[in-house]
Amino acid sequence: MLLLLFAAVILVPLLIVLFTSLKTAPQFYANPLGLPESLSFHNFKALFDGQPMWAYFRNSIIVTLATVALELLLAGFIAYGIMRSGRRVGASVFGLFAIGLMVPSQVNMIPIYAFVHKLGWSNSLTGLIIVSASVLLPLSVFMLSGFMKTLPKEILEAGEIDGAGERTLLLRIAFPLSAPYLAATAAFLFVIVWNDLLFPMLLLNGKDKLTLPLAMLQFRGEYITDYPVLLAGVVVTALPMIALYVFLQRYFISGAFAGSLKG
Amino acid sequence: MKKYAKLLPFFVPGIALYLALFIYPTVTGFYYSLTDWDGLSPSYRFIGADNYANVAEDIIFHKSFVNNLKFMVAVVILQTAVSLLLALQLSKQSKVNVALRSLYFVPTILSSVSVGFIWTFVYDPSLGLLNGLLEAAGLSSWTQNWLGDTGIAIFSVAAVQAWAHIGQMIILFVAGLQAIPEELVESAKLDGATRLQLFFRVIWPLLAPAAAIVVSYTTIQSFKAFDLVFTMTGGGPAYSTEILSTYIYNSAFMNYTFGKASTASVYFLVLISFITFLQFRALRTDRVSY
Repeated sequence: MLLLLFAAVILVPLLIVLFTSLKTAPQFYANPLGLPESLSFHNFKALFDGQPMWAYFRNSIIVTLATVALELLLAGFIAYGIMRSGRRVGASVFGLFAIGLMVPSQVNMIPIYAFVHKLGWSNSLTGLIIVSASVLLPLSVFMLSGFMKTLPKEILEAGEIDGAGERTLLLRIAFPLSAPYLAATAAFLFVIVWNDLLFPMLLLNGKDKLTLPLAMLQFRGEYITDYPVLLAGVVVTALPMIALYVFLQRYFISGAFAGSLKG
Repeated sequence: MKKYAKLLPFFVPGIALYLALFIYPTVTGFYYSLTDWDGLSPSYRFIGADNYANVAEDIIFHKSFVNNLKFMVAVVILQTAVSLLLALQLSKQSKVNVALRSLYFVPTILSSVSVGFIWTFVYDPSLGLLNGLLEAAGLSSWTQNWLGDTGIAIFSVAAVQAWAHIGQMIILFVAGLQAIPEELVESAKLDGATRLQLFFRVIWPLLAPAAAIVVSYTTIQSFKAFDLVFTMTGGGPAYSTEILSTYIYNSAFMNYTFGKASTASVYFLVLISFITFLQFRALRTDRVSY
């Protein structure tokens, strides 16, 4: 009973958004909560005609993929280094990043904004990618070194005895063995970066540079009470993520699980 | 020593970026908090601790702090209670349960901006779903201007924050429940424990570590909930939903008082560290083992 009730609490708002995005404006104002009379993709067409939607998609995809890839590489290296170094060095490096876990982005957003402007990186996707990757390092190092601790040490030692260098050990043994963990971390980071508003808002301002969440905020100004078009924007932005979730659920859930443990 | 030299290349790129774009800015933030910088001018004055006194006396800062506490308490209670109740019924690994857990998780993957738009629409006083349902149920007197009423707006946003994260918390609780040995529950049942006794005497003590994680994660998240509040209300009406993070943003980017905003950031950091410290202690002492 409770379970069904809550399923409705989750589903009904999502469905009503989907239905509204398929209604024409007069249909919507005549009967805001009813089912759409006929499927109309009018709002989606208006959105794609009126806005450079493809550019926003492209920006979001570039920023998300590049940030997540860079992040896995940097944090993967560090997590591997922590696992391979002795107790003292490993713990100090881990501690350095653990400090960062305590600092929310809202605390250092102002100096980051100021610094990035001084460097002349503002309004550049590359700047946003580098900043996002750096800011996410504490979280990813925490997640990945937690995962890597569970790798069997004997395999690495055996590789070492066979004369493998650190790079070979990492690329041939540690990364392949942690593939499911890397995937879970990637899924968790993917959600964070794709959905982030704060850093794109601080660092991007040109209309052609916006990412989807930032673009949506701007639509609100333009389609002020035109809910059908605005909600069509929500549907368009959410669909890729939902499609990925349907196929890669396992990784999303295990990533969110590990990510929540940081407190 | 030779071994560390070999590992150095793995550490250098990440640590360099982290020091340059995370640690260095965080430290300069302290410096800005001692100046009257407006964020635009090339020059600014060093004004010592003036900002600290000014922010501490600022009525809107007080209001943001109180709002943030209200928001936190509402989110923590709602999110923990609902996710625990649901997790208790979902812990068995059946097909239906797995499907429901996946469904409940969906809001977690949506952006706060999308979630904010969805609920701004649901809460719309004349066109929205919530008032529409209340009218249809004959409860017209319960209808509200959910986001426009200064008395309830912060709680309306808190409910949305909980809606978006309950699915994630259920996963944590279910993992905690599945780690409880079946034999303990079975033997308590054989000894004739009622459902309430079973919960309070057997399950709850063993679930406490998971509950501590849920509460601490939820608490920290409710202080970081910038995107959602910014999208839904921008801190209004009349500062009734202004929380610390939106206060910092607004004083920096709306009022161009970067020095003052940096000071508020320092206060915010102190608060977060204090909460983290309290929770760390609670987590340490909450472990029960059999």
